[in-house]
Amino acid sequence: MDDLLSIEDLDAGMITRILDTAEELKDIAVRPIKKVPVLRGRTVCNLFYEDSTRTRISFEVAEKRLSADVINFSAKGSSVSKGESLKDTALTLQAMGVDAIVIRHSSSGAPRRLTEWVDAKVLNAGDGWHQHPTQALLDLFTIRERMGRLEGLNVAICGDVVHSRVARSLVQGLRIMGAEVTLVGPPTLMPSHVESWDVAVSHDLDGMLADLDVCYLLRVQNERMAEQFFPSVREYARIWGMDIDRLEVMPDHAIVMHPGPMNRGVEISADVADADQAVIVDQVTNGVAVRMACLYLMLGGEQTGAATEVTPA
Amino acid sequence: MVDPVRGTTQTGNVVVEGETIRSVGEESAGLRIECEGLVCTSGLVDLSSHLRQPGREDSEIIATGTAAAAAGGYTAVSAMPTTEPAMDHAGIVEQVLRLARETGRCDVFPVGAITKGRAGHELAEMGAMHEAGVRTFSDAHHAVVSSQVMRRALIYARTWDAIVANHPEDTSLTEGAQMHEGAMSSRLGLKGSPREAEEIIVARDLILAERAGARLHVPHLSTRRAVELVRDAKARGVRVTCDVTPHHLVLDDSNLVDYDTRFKVVPPLRTPDDIAALREGLQDGTIDAITSDHAPHPPDDKDHEWSYAPAGTVGLETTLSVVLAELVDPDACPDTRGNGTLSMAEALALLSSGPARARDIEGHGRPIAAGEPANLLLFDPGVIWQVVGDELRTRSRNTAFEGHEVRGRAVHTVLRGKFTLNDGKVV
Ligand SMILES: [Zn+2]
Repeated sequence: MDDLLSIEDLDAGMITRILDTAEELKDIAVRPIKKVPVLRGRTVCNLFYEDSTRTRISFEVAEKRLSADVINFSAKGSSVSKGESLKDTALTLQAMGVDAIVIRHSSSGAPRRLTEWVDAKVLNAGDGWHQHPTQALLDLFTIRERMGRLEGLNVAICGDVVHSRVARSLVQGLRIMGAEVTLVGPPTLMPSHVESWDVAVSHDLDGMLADLDVCYLLRVQNERMAEQFFPSVREYARIWGMDIDRLEVMPDHAIVMHPGPMNRGVEISADVADADQAVIVDQVTNGVAVRMACLYLMLGGEQTGAATEVTPA
Repeated sequence: MVDPVRGTTQTGNVVVEGETIRSVGEESAGLRIECEGLVCTSGLVDLSSHLRQPGREDSEIIATGTAAAAAGGYTAVSAMPTTEPAMDHAGIVEQVLRLARETGRCDVFPVGAITKGRAGHELAEMGAMHEAGVRTFSDAHHAVVSSQVMRRALIYARTWDAIVANHPEDTSLTEGAQMHEGAMSSRLGLKGSPREAEEIIVARDLILAERAGARLHVPHLSTRRAVELVRDAKARGVRVTCDVTPHHLVLDDSNLVDYDTRFKVVPPLRTPDDIAALREGLQDGTIDAITSDHAPHPPDDKDHEWSYAPAGTVGLETTLSVVLAELVDPDACPDTRGNGTLSMAEALALLSSGPARARDIEGHGRPIAAGEPANLLLFDPGVIWQVVGDELRTRSRNTAFEGHEVRGRAVHTVLRGKFTLNDGKVV
């Protein structure tokens, strides 16, 4: 695997390979010594231009479990006007011989630009409203783990789709793997030209609950209310928020997902977040395994089937 | 010879004496320049060039900008008020005109700001700027969003029958926008600029200009509906002219797929359907001019994440060649369209006489006839070449046409009887 910039660049075979590799690597977490030497001597830089402690820690744990040397570069608030440009930083990392750069950036396309300036492999850890491929992969992993398959599942993605890189990546991943997707939420939060997305769109969450295998809730940010995408948080929660009453309408086997951090009481009620059907903690756990798989396949996975052969360090 | 004003084509000599054309068709006794295989036409006229001087000399200066113009076949360009400070008073207009006289290789027609600091609130001193030589007022890529300010500007400009050119963009709909709003923006995760942001201001300005009986110029149309609005207004007799850029006629938003900031322009690149509508607008005469909207930015500014990069592409050296390559059928006679969007004569009119008329630019875009100023362009219509930013004469190399194969190239440019481009070399 080369760079990982977007789910769009992957096919079903590659996604399956990543998920299978993650499944094998997940076992490492339950071993007494949670470390394998496959990336020993390799240097990975976590280049975070946007705050995300959760994602950064998840990557860092994944890198360390693979025995990579880790550099953390936090360039919060960095932009053209203040401090060093992304290009300058990239050239510095290039000069230091970094093998892979995990980049999180508030500007869509920044990881793509980065590939023009460095030879290192680039892994997109979230760019603007564009893509968050490892999040989509860990979501696919979690769904497959619980449901046993992805093909033919009925998945609703609910909420602020237009501003969501998570939704954008996940929709593509689910479609590639043969799941049916319905976007649901207020029309002001649906992407323009959503008809080009190969999904169904609904504004009626209640009408679809009984047929769902997965209900994926997106974080609704407070500023969306200030920008008048909807009139009030209360109204949003009443029409599109997941609560216990709605959960009960869903089939018994169905699951509720959320990429975190949650706004309890807005898109998800506290009791749903803690219910058995909610797999939000699994998503976090699986994030490490999926990120290990991605880094392994990008940096160490030239030899086929090697993941099964790895031994504890 | 292709006369852009009369649309006539003939073969023969053009005899220049001093600053004017003495005769057409006769033999000359003096210095003779062989132009076998070249097309002779009126020097090109640009309605929007960002020459950046004073203030942003790292991007462009009048000397380099007008050298690029001469290389591209232009004898006249309009200098936009995107100077620092903004060209919103007579002093800076005079400074630009002085620099143009001293260092320029084509005539420079300054465009004064409509409002102070191009901020859209208070009217700039149009009278003083008019006295200094300004005939068109524009806040460049800042829209006058307030209907009240725009209405006053149009009415006030009537004092001199001056032209107001307002950037059509309702900025309340485009805050933070990075590209055209559509399937591509949804895919790339960039905030979109909807067509209606442009169309609302075009519609409003047309209504205001119609009521005021004032002259309006709508720059760089980019949507189907905007073309329709201008077409309908012209049919009603509204005093409106408009232009379009070569990049909006050729490139669409699918080019943005790799976030290459060379394609970041204002207004944004739209869709094939909009391109088709713009071309129809050229064919039926709705659109008066093709404008380079030459917007130089140094590489350090463009080499950033998409959302941090400034918008704009250079164009003075490529506009003629892009238009010939993309819109004109190379096998058709100069006065027929063949399989192209435009005949060569129509294309040249849109690049010279059309813009000159739309903006009261005197002495340019004139017929090729005895007694007219000798502002001429001779170009080789057959040569195929590849656009390479690093080979351009402009100080900045951000071209949306990097790597494109284009056709036709200026060989000689003549400003009032003197070469500014001679055998492909800027003089
Ligand atoms: Zn503009």
